[in-house]
Amino acid sequence: MEEKKQDLRVNNHPILKGKSAGDKITITVEGEEIEAYEGEPIAAALLAADITVFRRTKKRQDPRGPFCGIGLCTDCVMKVNGEPNVRTCITPVEDGMVVEKQGDDREVRKNAK
Amino acid sequence: MLNKEVAVVGGGPAGLTASIELAKRNVDVTLIDENLQAGGQLLKQTHKFFGSEEHYAGVRGFNIARELIEDAKDLAVDFLLEGSIYSVYEDKVLAVKKEKSTRLISPERVIFATGASEKVINFPGWTLPGVMGAGAVQTFVNQHRVLPGRKFTIIGSGNVGTIVAYQLLQAGAEVAAIVEAADEIGSYYVHANKAVRSGDIPVYTSHTIKEATGGESVDSVKIAQVDDSWQPVPGTEKTIDTDVVCLAVGLRPRTKLTSLTGCRSIYSSTLGGEVPLHDESMETSTDGVYVAGDVAGVEEASIAIEEGRLAGVSAASSLGYISNSAEADQKEEIRGRLELLRGGKYGEERAEEKERIRSIFNERLTRRESSTVRR
Repeated sequence: MEEKKQDLRVNNHPILKGKSAGDKITITVEGEEIEAYEGEPIAAALLAADITVFRRTKKRQDPRGPFCGIGLCTDCVMKVNGEPNVRTCITPVEDGMVVEKQGDDREVRKNAK
Repeated sequence: MLNKEVAVVGGGPAGLTASIELAKRNVDVTLIDENLQAGGQLLKQTHKFFGSEEHYAGVRGFNIARELIEDAKDLAVDFLLEGSIYSVYEDKVLAVKKEKSTRLISPERVIFATGASEKVINFPGWTLPGVMGAGAVQTFVNQHRVLPGRKFTIIGSGNVGTIVAYQLLQAGAEVAAIVEAADEIGSYYVHANKAVRSGDIPVYTSHTIKEATGGESVDSVKIAQVDDSWQPVPGTEKTIDTDVVCLAVGLRPRTKLTSLTGCRSIYSSTLGGEVPLHDESMETSTDGVYVAGDVAGVEEASIAIEEGRLAGVSAASSLGYISNSAEADQKEEIRGRLELLRGGKYGEERAEEKERIRSIFNERLTRRESSTVRR
């Protein structure tokens, strides 16, 4: 599994060459620790860890993931350090960040107050 | 409220060159962009551009972005990054949100270089995780350097579709298919050639996507052949294993801010959708408001570079920073290069469409002036 995770990062690109990656840090997603690199958005760290479902729709609980990648569509929003509706594709990771899926309507409303 | 001579909105190729032309002539200019970094979509382009030296021929897209940003910084352009404009009030007052505070900027001239947004097609399963825009794929792979999956199916074979295909090959991913509804590949030959010459990518022309399937995220896609009236032909369905469906079905001008500013627009299918009317100096129907790049009609980065320059020169001269004779020469030079870029079979149709937009603009302006006189 560890090997499978590794191959999603494009570390050696024939044209862009090696990535000048930031420091390796750890974030917690749904209670599990995953690695991330300073400077990258939360969504990139999740995709690199093979996580594709970011949230569920309120009524039907359908899965959703990143769609536009540039902060416009809001399909990738998650709860970050307790704050709901954070656009993970444009929000940089921070060491120790706690990221959770959202989708329970009551939960979101309670937090918005 | 912050008073400025010129605000340029959008830091892609058009916004950068507009800012550079203004700063070169000592105009007080602020460049506003909502991202962490300026450069726009150029940052995600790994291929070498063609054209002439003025269009950075032979330079890779992300390096063109670097050069332009450097030039702008050398000229002390004021960058306002991570700034999102959420409204435009009367007299071109821009309401900008940065972090958790807001500020108002009141510029004498505004250049909107807001680019384009992606079009989308709908099909059963299109909301599943794993279905995403071509822009998202480029952003994750070339900017954040993470593959959003392992096996990609690309819908659309225009320049964006074929460029993404070989960018994915460069990054070590597998491209399961390119699916195109028309009966031939839509992109420039150079891009198509790079994507398919490896022989690794099956291209399905005259095919459309019927469905993306999977429980929690995409695991396969169903395609079918289309007949002359674009309808799927029963019995021709194929299923392809794939975990990312990449939509590359076109772009439309991002005109929210120009319409908020009262700029009149017109529909153009050739240029991607609603296009703000503009004259040969890139000025819109709202006084002191200019457009440049994809927002003025979806074309390509080298055109955006020149249109940005043209808008920058126009705004600078309207503020009195350029003498009338110098202005005419400088604009002629840029227009000559734009004409060259729009030559050939791909550009002609766009050149005609831009001409149509200019003539409608001039017609309406004349009518408006004569009606004012009558009143």
